[in-house]
Amino acid sequence: MRPFAFFRAASVTDAVAFAGTGDTRLLAGGTTLLDLMKLDVERPQRVVDINALEADPAFSAVAFANDGLQLGALVRMSDAAANETVKSRYPVIAQSLALAASAQLRNMATLGGNVLQRTRCPYFRDVSYSACNKREAGSGCSALDGHNRLHAVLGTSEACIASYPGDFAQALVALDAEVKVVRGNGSLARIPAVDLHRSVDEPSRETVLGPGDMITGFAIPPGDYRRSMYLKVRDRRSYAFAAASAAVALSIEDNVVRTARIALGGVAYKPWRARTAEAVLTGRRMDEAAAREAADAAFADARPREHNAYKIPLGKATLVQALLETARMEV
Amino acid sequence: MTDDSGSRVHRRLFLGMAGTAAASPLVSATASAQTEVQGAAPTTTNTIPVAFSLNDQPARFDLDARTTLLDALRDHAGLTGSKKGCDHGQCGACTVHVEGRRVLACLTLAASIEGAAVTTIEGLASRDGALHPMQQAFIDHDAFQCGYCTPGQIMSAVACVAEGHATTDGDIREYMSGNLCRCAAYPNIVAAIRQARDVTRT
Repeated sequence: MRPFAFFRAASVTDAVAFAGTGDTRLLAGGTTLLDLMKLDVERPQRVVDINALEADPAFSAVAFANDGLQLGALVRMSDAAANETVKSRYPVIAQSLALAASAQLRNMATLGGNVLQRTRCPYFRDVSYSACNKREAGSGCSALDGHNRLHAVLGTSEACIASYPGDFAQALVALDAEVKVVRGNGSLARIPAVDLHRSVDEPSRETVLGPGDMITGFAIPPGDYRRSMYLKVRDRRSYAFAAASAAVALSIEDNVVRTARIALGGVAYKPWRARTAEAVLTGRRMDEAAAREAADAAFADARPREHNAYKIPLGKATLVQALLETARMEV
Repeated sequence: MTDDSGSRVHRRLFLGMAGTAAASPLVSATASAQTEVQGAAPTTTNTIPVAFSLNDQPARFDLDARTTLLDALRDHAGLTGSKKGCDHGQCGACTVHVEGRRVLACLTLAASIEGAAVTTIEGLASRDGALHPMQQAFIDHDAFQCGYCTPGQIMSAVACVAEGHATTDGDIREYMSGNLCRCAAYPNIVAAIRQARDVTRT
């Protein structure tokens, strides 16, 4: 790890003031940041510990009210996953958290940090590969003709085929959540979760957040999302990133799908809202044929590389299973 | 300098002394009072004072900001029970308790747990030396071979039971998935956790 200056923020003002002065990283759970600093991928000159902001209920609360669900950015993944309101009213959120990482990591990692986690692409994580457009704009992509089994089939380009490895973000994207942000100048903003992560046009700029911006929490709009789930398919039964995953929420009346909400993980450059698949299902009975048609639509533009073509049939099957299981749920 | 039982100069002690001699802590004269805990220019010789409770004893160190809790425990506190298996948060061998919750010491900056209560494997047995029921269960069920993952397994298992995540074998396997065992002692680890869970219940 390169040397850095360490600061503890006692307030949001502190955090924003420190964060605004370039080459600074905020430290919450540290599970992504310290990992990448040890790999020399992240090289901040200043690290600002924001854990003390947990004392502010805006950052640490899980609150359910008429205006929907508010999740503080510093809520630890394990606490949100175990929250009874989240489990019963937003199973897709609870499951996306409970199925991620390990118990220890979930105790450390925060919701705000989790959505910002970086790709597991082995070329991104190994600085001895100089061609990585995500680390160094314009340097090329080592994964294109390398080992790309983990890489994305949706939302990619010749510039970058990295896959977004997180789970929680898909639940947020499916439910049209908003990301609450405090900007460098102290103003507050709300960014639709689906817009937080940028497209692949500039791989080295992953989110729309600027240097002085800090996520303060997430807002899930009012609605009944009890008929929802997160299905995660992976090489191991536990403690592995998704090979393919689906966050699904359905509203069904008289056996007909009124609203379908779908976000895909493990297969795309960024958390992937599957709107064409949703359109296939709206107004239709949920059965296997409908689910398969929706899955085909979701992956219509998928571009496989040498080692990741399996993600297309796997991703489709995962979505089909998630849709059918969600439709069968007793709520 | 040897590691024989007869020698009193251990490798780790030697490196510690060499480090101290080389690094003279500097505190920047421009450090502001309230939240800045280190001089503005990061150098390898700046250290931060870090104080926390370690196995119910007050501990205080002057550490390079980069020092992880794992390195603080092993190299500064001399508590080598917590192991460095991967140093990247993937194996669980460094599992300790901070404020009663199981976390990975290798991905925790020591400076960020200022004031917290830390428990390591060394702090699990009672003062009179009686083993924690989990430690006893690991022995009873032969739940370790090389022993390298074992301190992390035990710390993780104690928390797993306390969290209520050890009700079934399926739960135990799922909630202990963050602790890898290359010797594959898993079946015996699960059995040990069942025993300790039952003992803790009664």
